[in-house]
Amino acid sequence: MSEPSFSGFADIASTSSTGSGDDEATKAAATGGAPNTPPPPLGGGGALPRKRRWSLETGFRGLTTGAGMTVLVIIVAIGAFLIDKAVPALQANHANFLTYKNWFPSDNPPMFGIAALAFGTVLTSVLALIMAVPVALSIALCLTHYAPRRVASVLGFAIDLLAAVPSIVYGLWGRDYLVTPISGLSAWLHAYFGWIPIFGSDGPYGKSILLGSIVLAIMVLPIVTALVREVFAQTPTMNEEAALALGATKWEMIRTAVLPYGRPGIIAAVILGLGRALGETIALALTLGSTFTISADILGNGGNTIAANIAHNFGEADEIGRGALIASGLVLFAITLVVNVVARAIIYRRREFRASAA
Amino acid sequence: MTTDTLIPAASLKARRLPRWAPWAIGVVSAVIAYLVIYVGGQLRGGITMTVITAAVLFLIILGATAFSVEGSRAARNRVFTAAIYMACALAALPLIYLVKTLIDNGLDRFDAEFFTHSMRDITPFDGGGGAYHAIIGTLEQAAIATIITVPLGVGCAIYIVEYGKGRLVRIVQFFVDVMTGIPSIVAGLFILAFWVIIVSPVFNDGRPGYSGFAAALALSVLMLPTVTRSSEEMLRLVPGELREGAYALGIPKWKTIVKIVLPTAAAGIVTGIMLAVARAAGETAPVILVAGGTDSINFNPFHGNQESMAAFVYDQARLATKFGAPRAWTAALTLVLLVLILTIAAKLLARRSKLR
Repeated sequence: MSEPSFSGFADIASTSSTGSGDDEATKAAATGGAPNTPPPPLGGGGALPRKRRWSLETGFRGLTTGAGMTVLVIIVAIGAFLIDKAVPALQANHANFLTYKNWFPSDNPPMFGIAALAFGTVLTSVLALIMAVPVALSIALCLTHYAPRRVASVLGFAIDLLAAVPSIVYGLWGRDYLVTPISGLSAWLHAYFGWIPIFGSDGPYGKSILLGSIVLAIMVLPIVTALVREVFAQTPTMNEEAALALGATKWEMIRTAVLPYGRPGIIAAVILGLGRALGETIALALTLGSTFTISADILGNGGNTIAANIAHNFGEADEIGRGALIASGLVLFAITLVVNVVARAIIYRRREFRASAA
Repeated sequence: MTTDTLIPAASLKARRLPRWAPWAIGVVSAVIAYLVIYVGGQLRGGITMTVITAAVLFLIILGATAFSVEGSRAARNRVFTAAIYMACALAALPLIYLVKTLIDNGLDRFDAEFFTHSMRDITPFDGGGGAYHAIIGTLEQAAIATIITVPLGVGCAIYIVEYGKGRLVRIVQFFVDVMTGIPSIVAGLFILAFWVIIVSPVFNDGRPGYSGFAAALALSVLMLPTVTRSSEEMLRLVPGELREGAYALGIPKWKTIVKIVLPTAAAGIVTGIMLAVARAAGETAPVILVAGGTDSINFNPFHGNQESMAAFVYDQARLATKFGAPRAWTAALTLVLLVLILTIAAKLLARRSKLR
């Protein structure tokens, strides 16, 4: 009883393959599958490629999968090689790496620690963000809601260009042209607010944490602005128009429709800016005073970060010195990895922000 | 029965400040600030203090006036709008100042000698010399980094979009994004620990080999996530119907990707590559760590120290004499021009792309 259905299926298969160029097989199938002729090939004689085990297709697939895995391999390799080079220096260290303030890896016995460096890194980055984020939010709001369309696109273009300027240019400019104005500002702050400990130093004012933070803020500003602008541009127009229709003023519309909607994006942009600020090397190497102290005073000469310290001391470092610098770089890698994972995790909860926060 | 006796027409409209009011308040606060700060010398005088005081006074007077005439909501609106515009102006000032000083100082030594000579035999007390060796270094390092990064980055993007399935591809996507945040100095340290100290002594009779190639490796670590991300975005923008039509015609998957999907997304991918190169050309930290730095021209990126534009700016900026700064500024101007040209070309290309 199964025979008729089987041959019927063969009939359908053979008639549908009449378009291919194999008349012999078609004729053989049409006559009902006589026992001596082979059954028609799949696809009716060569129209579809055969699935081979090892072909160009699997080769290409393997290559691209390998390229995909490279990213994971690189991140693991960074951690592995940094640890490998840092461990000998850490073992030779006679001071506690995390709590010792000074940096003498070439002494006998070597003593070095990142307490002052980590403090400086976090302090300069946080100060830079405190200064940059309100201004970045304002510029982004200006571009998306207050400025005319043509002006906004030109200014947006200009901000993207500024984000591409190398950091060494900011460092050079900060060191040559900002020292005098910031010295004046420091003197003014000390004169009127000297009772607050962070403004405690009474000069002479040169390269200080204030100078480094301001240069860092100017550097981080275009990046955070570009990110936040994308976030604001994606606010649903319906929400904005609904707020305006209910009689809200423009500021109330922004406060109720734009800012709450964009809050995850703003937080992610701020954290990404923080990650950038933490890793900034050259601008801070040129504008910080490079001392190893932990103090709340931001006006006085001094300040140092992990990255700036590496840039300064790399040239004359011996074996243990290099290992010590690599160890501090490992700490920096861990910190920025955590910061970036947190930022990306926040972005991933809102799918539409992932596309814009490249 | 008419309604106009019950509801006077005038009260249906809210009271508003006249249109000239903000301007008048601006003039008033400027005058007060000028008299008190600039002429009177309060708060240490000076033009900056005058401007800041004028701005603060403007906000206070505007807020008070609007509050009494229009009500609290309208007053808050006016004050915040004014504050937002002021923040924009505040941000524009240093950036304009930066561009102005860059152009002014950079043009000092923007001459033929700068672009055709290196720093060989130039002591810190000589005014001459140029950045020819640095320009060669930057171009070679960026070129090698691009050659390494483009196949890896585009291949990774193809994997994510076309072949990836399940949790693994989400993990790869996540870590590509995380990798965009790796500090450049960490990438430099990685190549130092991996290539310079461990691998290169094999080729260099046991001594660590600083070279332009090591710098190119570090730059490609930094470029990879950017290229991957932008290629992934462009590949996703290719319409699915294009792929499905190709599969329906019997074209194998790899051929569809190579001959149909990639050419369609090509303009966008090239844009992403150009932006990544612009970033890599300006990186200083990895280069000073692993390329060694030199005053002489070195055309061989695989052997011997090499300089790059960004490292040149850093070295010249740290020279103790007065001859270093002009060279540093001119090199900085050249670097910014290079980065700007690449970025503008990338954006124009993106605008012309078929997929937007």
